Parts: sequence; C-alpha cells; structure tokens
Amino acid sequence: MKFMALLRIALRALAVNKLRSALTMLGIVIGVGAVIVMIAVGAGAQARVEEQIRALGSNLLLVMPGSTTAGGVRMGFGSGSTLTEDDVVAINREIPEALAAPALRGAAQVIWGNANWSTQVFGVTPEYLDVRQWPLAAGRAFEPAEMAAAAKVALIGATVAKQLFGSGDPLDQSIRIKRVPFTVIGVLDVKGQSLMGTDQDDLVLVPIKTARSRVLGTASAARNRTVGTIWVKAADGIDTKVVEEHVRSLLRQRHRIQVGADDDFSLRNLAEVMAAQEASSRVLALLLAAVASVSLLVGGIGIMNIMLVSVTERTREIGLRMAVGARTRDILGQFLVEAVTLSLIGGLIGVTLGIGGTLMIAELAGWRVVLSPEAVALAVAFAFVIGVFFGFYPARKAARLNPVEALRFE
Amino acid sequence: MLIRTRNLVKTYRMGGGEVRALDGVSVDIDKGEFVAVMGPSGSGKSTFMNVLGCLDRPTSGEYVLGDRKVSTLAGDELAAVRNRNIGFVFQQFNLLARTPAVENVELPLVYAGVAKAQRVERSMKILQRVGLGDRTDHHPAQLSGGQQQRVAIARALVTEPLLILADEPTGALDSRTSLEIMALFQELNRQGMTVVLVTHEADVARFARRIIAFRDGRVVQDEHNEALAA
Repeated sequence: MKFMALLRIALRALAVNKLRSALTMLGIVIGVGAVIVMIAVGAGAQARVEEQIRALGSNLLLVMPGSTTAGGVRMGFGSGSTLTEDDVVAINREIPEALAAPALRGAAQVIWGNANWSTQVFGVTPEYLDVRQWPLAAGRAFEPAEMAAAAKVALIGATVAKQLFGSGDPLDQSIRIKRVPFTVIGVLDVKGQSLMGTDQDDLVLVPIKTARSRVLGTASAARNRTVGTIWVKAADGIDTKVVEEHVRSLLRQRHRIQVGADDDFSLRNLAEVMAAQEASSRVLALLLAAVASVSLLVGGIGIMNIMLVSVTERTREIGLRMAVGARTRDILGQFLVEAVTLSLIGGLIGVTLGIGGTLMIAELAGWRVVLSPEAVALAVAFAFVIGVFFGFYPARKAARLNPVEALRFE
Repeated sequence: MLIRTRNLVKTYRMGGGEVRALDGVSVDIDKGEFVAVMGPSGSGKSTFMNVLGCLDRPTSGEYVLGDRKVSTLAGDELAAVRNRNIGFVFQQFNLLARTPAVENVELPLVYAGVAKAQRVERSMKILQRVGLGDRTDHHPAQLSGGQQQRVAIARALVTEPLLILADEPTGALDSRTSLEIMALFQELNRQGMTVVLVTHEADVARFARRIIAFRDGRVVQDEHNEALAA
C-alpha cells in the first residue's frame, strides 16, 4: 500500500478526534519546544564563552599584588604593591614556557582638539600585545628605543579612537593624556566585551616607563618600579596549571615567603574561570535537557495510550480491512503512520513554538541564542523516533488481531 | 467445481473442554450456485462461513477454492486470497465512517495495489450497477440502511471475486429493504456470480436455489430449493 494512502487514512482518523489528537500531541509539542530552546540557549552560552576565551586568550594567568592593610582595613587584592618589573623580568628569564607582561593601570582624561574622553590608561611593555594576543588595526607597536626613553607615544583602543576621532584617522595625531601630549602611533583591533561585560576596547596603552613618570606615577612607585598586574601567557601546548605552579613558586621565592605562609600576591588562572562559567551554562542546558526528555517520554507514552484506545475502538474497522485483503504489514503501517503523523505534527508545532520561545528569550532576557538548522532537524528526528517507538506496540497489536474476532467485536 | 471441502473439522478450546464447531463437513459448490447456509446459533454455520471466507483455518480437513488448496495457507497468503477471490457482505455493513461511498468501494482495490484513477473508475461502475450511481460521494451516515448495504455489496463485487459470502445480510434491515437486497443478490446470481449466504431466516433462505442446513457442526440437510424450483 502506498505511503500517501496511509497518510490520508491517518489524517482522516486523527481529524475525527481533533481535541484528543491535539491533547495527545501536547507532550511532544512541549518536549520538542524545550529541546529547541535548550539547544539554542545552550549554544548561545557556549558561543559567548568561546568568544570570550578567544578575546582574552585561554592560556592566560593574571597575577595581582596582595592586599594591604590600612588602619586595620584590608583593602583587597591589587591594593598592595608587591609586584615589580623585576618580577616580570624574572618570570621571563626563569620560566621559558611563559611570557610575562606587566601593566600599570590608571584612569585619565584624554583630549584631542575639542573632543575629550575619560578612559583607562595602561603602562605596558611591547610583550603586552603578544600576551593578550591583541593585533593592531593600524599603525605600529612600541619600539625598544621608545620604551627606554619613556617616549610619549600611545596606542589607543577602538572605542577611544571612535570617541575622539570619529571616522577620522588617529595615526600621528597628538592627543593629551592628563595634559601631557602623546603621539598616536597605532590603533588596537576590536576585542569586544570581557567576561564581566566591560568594554575592553576603552583604553590607551603607553610605555610603562612613560606611564610611571608622566601619567600615573607616584614617587614611591617610580622608585620601586612596582606594577599593577602581571599577565602571563603559557606557551602553546603547555598546561596553564603547570605554568601557574612555576610562577607561584618563583614569586614566593623572590618575595621570600616562608613555607606555610600566605602568598603576597594573587594568581588567577583565567582558563579555569572560564571553564567554570562554561560548566555552569552546561548545567543549565543539562537541566533543560532533562525536562525536555521527560516531556518527550510522557508525550510518547501519551501517544501509545491513545493509539491503544484507537486500536480498540476501531477493532471492527481493522477486521473489515483484513477481510477485504489487508496484510499484516498494511495494518501495521496504517497505525504506525498514524502514530508518527501525530508525533511529527506535534514536533513541527513544537519547533515553531520553540523558535518563537527562543526569539522571545533573546528579546526579553537579552540572552545570546544560536538557532541552528541541525538542532531543528534533531528535534524533528526525535519526534519521529518517538512516534515509531511508542506507536509500534499498538500497531503490532492491531496487526495481530484475529480477523474473525475483530469482525465480531462490539 | 468452485468450492470443495472434505472432512472440515474446527475445534475450539473453551474453558476446560473442547468444542467441535465443525465436525467433518464435506460440501461441494459449483460456480454460479446460490446457496443458503442455515441453522440455529451454535450450529457451526458461522464457523463454516469463516473457513469458506479464508478468515479462519480448519483444524483439519481440506478446502479447495477454485484450483487452489487454501486450507493450509496462512496469514498474508490468506489475505491475498480474500482480496482477490472473495467478496464479503456483513450484517452490520461495516463501512468506513466519514468516508464517501466510492472510497468505501475502493478499499479492496487499495490493498490490491490498483492505481487511484482505475480504482475510482471501477468503483463508480459497480456503484451504478447496484443502483447508487447518484450517491457516490455520500458518507454512510447520509445513506439509508438499504443503501449502505448496497455500498457494501458494491465493495464485495469490485474485485470481481469468485464468490460472494454474505453473513446475515438482511439482519439489520426492515422486511421491505430485505426483499430489495435479496432481489439484488438474485440478480447478481443470474449474471453468473456464485453467492453463499448465511441466515437463520427461512424467508431469506428461500431466495437461494440450494439450502444447506447445519446442526451441531454437521450438515444435516442439503437440497435444492423446492419452492423456487416450483
């Protein structure tokens, strides 16, 4: 018997009990809808985390000075000044699989012509761009001579470039940072938002020596050559945890910290931070997957239940079809197609609602979502499999009826 | 010889004991006969019908339909025999609800694998032959009992079977409509169709040319219909 004929019989049978068919589909609708939303939200979170890893570099360690205590008030990490440029040199010399770059941070107003913008100014070394894996969109990086001479040159972030120059060319323009004139020698590539959602492109980089003496420095800081943070990049193929341990032991040794005493610095492994974030989004996705699979299971049982009722109700019809020549596989096919039609229609409605729900979540909650055709295909395939799986038993029951008894059934 | 049965036995297990619904039935029916099978309920006439219609298999004995021994066939082979060689007419019509008359008539052709256009053409022709040429799109609920039974007869005829098996075909009809339906069977028989009819009503049986009476699973009487012969 032709498939189209079976499909027509199935649709007619389902149309007889419209409400019943609709209610039976509901479980599949909810299940498939949940699968679509789950995959879209999960993939969105995944994509966001991956993007941040790419933006930040997944092989980064961040070393910050330990806390200081002022009048009994502990100021938190970064408030101390335990890290120096000598630590950076030592890391680069002692740990070949690591590349360290210091950064000294401060806030400053930047002026060009009659435009001004308040931003973060970082005093850095040329390694900073390597460590952060941050290419230049235009211009050039700092040269060793400029580093040594504390030259008044600056690299500006994309946001700063936009705020000060609009669509104009910032290269070789003279900007003033805290009234000190600097020449713009390069513009950084766009990096986007950080893990915490701050704009990473809103910054100006200047040579660390220049920063210390001209922009951010204090007399004591200049004397001790302290730095705000040290970025450490692990070389390709090296586990960040190994590098983390090397850096930790080197710094403890340099800072003469006794065994058992606390570090006077804080070391953060960004790969682990991001792995934790990724894991939490995965937990959410798993939770949704559990809800979806329970719903699909319940939906499937609902289909089986209704199909069993349908087989019983239509026993005489089955007997008649057998009497006029339906073979086992004709009856089996008829009820299987009916079950699959039920689950597939439910699946398609679920896909529609799922896509709608996903777009609504993106709109209302502002979450990043990724709708992929593969996910839709997977959900529909799932509905199909459920129809076959839960429809098979009732269909086989119908196909195994004895025609004599089926015809006599009241 | 169209139908040849030899020593048909059918036993059922019921409760603890065994019931012999057919107890050695040997009957020959020629092509073109009009046979009424009679007997009280429990006489074995329905079981005999089910075996003749290839809906059921005898426990033992031999049944040859046409030139084929069908008593040993099973499952889908029996379904194919029913589809090609036998047209059923039931007491309760057994039409598909919410389905136009023409599609009800098409049903056996669907299982025979006939193409749609040809199915419709043949079904329309048969519906005209049973006097329902103007009702082909009506659903069963829109037809009278007699008209529904005509649709069922058209469905039985559409595959051009070797014989028509009618099981109490007038049981659900009033007496006037019953007469019309029986007249239709007579007409079909005159045109050469073999008709086997099961009934417990003598009024209905007298339309047949031969009457076989069952009791306790055996044939107790097999004779030409005197009333008709006269």
